[in-house]
Amino acid sequence: MNRSRVPLYTTLAVLLFFYLPIVVLVINSFNASRFGGTWDGWTLKWYAKLFTQRDIWLALKNTLIIAVGATAGSVVLGTTAAFALHRYGKSRLQRVHYSLIYTPLVVPEILMGISLLLFFVAIGAELGLFTIFLAHVTFCTSYVAMVVLARLQDFDFSIIEAAQDLGAGWWTTTWKVLLPLLAPGIAAGGLLAFTLSIDDFVISFFVAGPGSTTLPIRIYSMIKFGSPPLINALSTLLLVVTFTLVALSQRLTERRRA
Amino acid sequence: MGEFLEFDNVSRHYGDIRAVDGVSLAVRKGEFFSLLGPSGCGKTTLLRMLAGFETPDAGRVFLDGKDITAQPANERKVNTIFQSYALFPHLSVWDNIAFGPRIAKRPRKEIAEDVEKMLKLIQLSDQAWKKPDQLSGGQKQRVAIARALINKPQVLLLDEPLAALDLKLRQRMLIELDLIHDQVGITFLYVTHDQGEAMSLSDRIAVMDHGKIEQIGTPAEIYEAPRSSFVAAFIGDTNFFEGEVDEIIEGEYSRLEIEGFPPVVCFNDKQLVDGVPVFISIRPEKFRIWREKPDLDWKHTVVKGTVEDVIYLGHSTKYWVRVQDYRIAVHRQHHRFLLDEKPIRWHDDVWLSWHADDGFMLERYREADEQLMETPPEKVGEAQGRT
Repeated sequence: MNRSRVPLYTTLAVLLFFYLPIVVLVINSFNASRFGGTWDGWTLKWYAKLFTQRDIWLALKNTLIIAVGATAGSVVLGTTAAFALHRYGKSRLQRVHYSLIYTPLVVPEILMGISLLLFFVAIGAELGLFTIFLAHVTFCTSYVAMVVLARLQDFDFSIIEAAQDLGAGWWTTTWKVLLPLLAPGIAAGGLLAFTLSIDDFVISFFVAGPGSTTLPIRIYSMIKFGSPPLINALSTLLLVVTFTLVALSQRLTERRRA
Repeated sequence: MGEFLEFDNVSRHYGDIRAVDGVSLAVRKGEFFSLLGPSGCGKTTLLRMLAGFETPDAGRVFLDGKDITAQPANERKVNTIFQSYALFPHLSVWDNIAFGPRIAKRPRKEIAEDVEKMLKLIQLSDQAWKKPDQLSGGQKQRVAIARALINKPQVLLLDEPLAALDLKLRQRMLIELDLIHDQVGITFLYVTHDQGEAMSLSDRIAVMDHGKIEQIGTPAEIYEAPRSSFVAAFIGDTNFFEGEVDEIIEGEYSRLEIEGFPPVVCFNDKQLVDGVPVFISIRPEKFRIWREKPDLDWKHTVVKGTVEDVIYLGHSTKYWVRVQDYRIAVHRQHHRFLLDEKPIRWHDDVWLSWHADDGFMLERYREADEQLMETPPEKVGEAQGRT
């Protein structure tokens, strides 16, 4: 057996490069030392302490409210957008639609943050949970649309015609055929939107107002004023949630191909 | 009017393309009727207008005396078998078949009985709880048939239902379709580009090209008496000769002039008059091949040629015979050896003969016909600038 070891080494190198900082963070979250640097043995006290911090819980509540709301909003908008794009994708209107949907994926976040902030100020909206929700819906919609659109590519539309042919009206077709078949795609898009919303810092930072601090913003301010081990513990928890959701979303998109 | 299913001067355009162009067609109750033509000829569009997935730009569609032109697809008493089967992948075979009756809100017990009956008809009773992707192509096909038939449609529409199956399975499904048609007695409207399928299944066939119907008739009528050069070329193999009517003899027959040929006698049912330029179409199996010049009556035409190619096909042999400017395809069964027991070989000089009734005169009336003469039979219907 003389298989090349190059693929193995490159993989290890890439993984190391990607995840070493994260591993350090995770390990440090169990470090008893008050300041990183030295190792004082294992502990769970930072996690315990997390649960006593009221402002962290408030930030988590805000984050979850926004994430759930933004997910719901972007799933509805993104799915309908994907439908329009798939069905009428060849028309000029839909080609413009496609580029507009695609743009938020490539525009620098900071630009989106600033423009959203300027917009909200211009129309005199009060910055708060609602403006963050709106901002998150804008970029999450693009992601949901892309995921659902990919799903639609290998969707056989004669199935819809078959349902109508068998006597199903618009409503029955949607509920009995279309949604069950697209559910994995929509769920995957939704999970992705949820993850993105929970993690978002830059855009939230611009459009957040007093009392609407989200978890990432809270973490940022803790770096300045709080204790580092606490941040490690919180980040590790956030990391676990994110990884679980992403893994779940990938499983959903892959299931049908197997 | 008065026919069971009727298209009355129906048209459907997509931009500049006339997918269906003023088609009128009547189908009898219980008939197995095929729409046959090359891809892009409008046959599927016509079917979809009956199913309700397309609305005609002009004309009306009648079913059982009712005008259904504007009726939505889900209210029509017709069901479709799709080329891709279009089974619901998230439902079991049982639930797929029960889909229609459930929507119609029929009593639960009745649905169960009917589904079981259908499963028996398609011989899949033991596979009822499988999902479609666990079935083979032929089984999926049969589920699609059951799912449509359980609704007792007035017409069953079949859109190239066998196109996705391999040859052996296709032949078996052909027989099964035929049996099912006999058993249920429902009107079948069958769309296909495969003349073999259309010929073996249909009571009548409508041959379509460029959105128009070229000819309607029984399979034998269409094969034996094609009314246009397209039909002659599309259905089976044929040889075209270009000539001119010379004189009409004995009423039904005419003498034709074909360059380089002796006077050709041909059946002239269309009463084409002197001087009309015509094509004469002769099927390869209508020729007889001789070593010596045969002595035949006046209804036969005899020409001399040279064998250019011999292709052994198993059930028959195909000869390409050069006669003047023409390369004539000749099919002979069990005639690889002539009476003198010597095989016909390349470069042999032979005599070809055919009977006046075996040739069909077709008027040369459009440019497309000229192109058709140059097109090899297997390419007819392709390469004519279709979309």
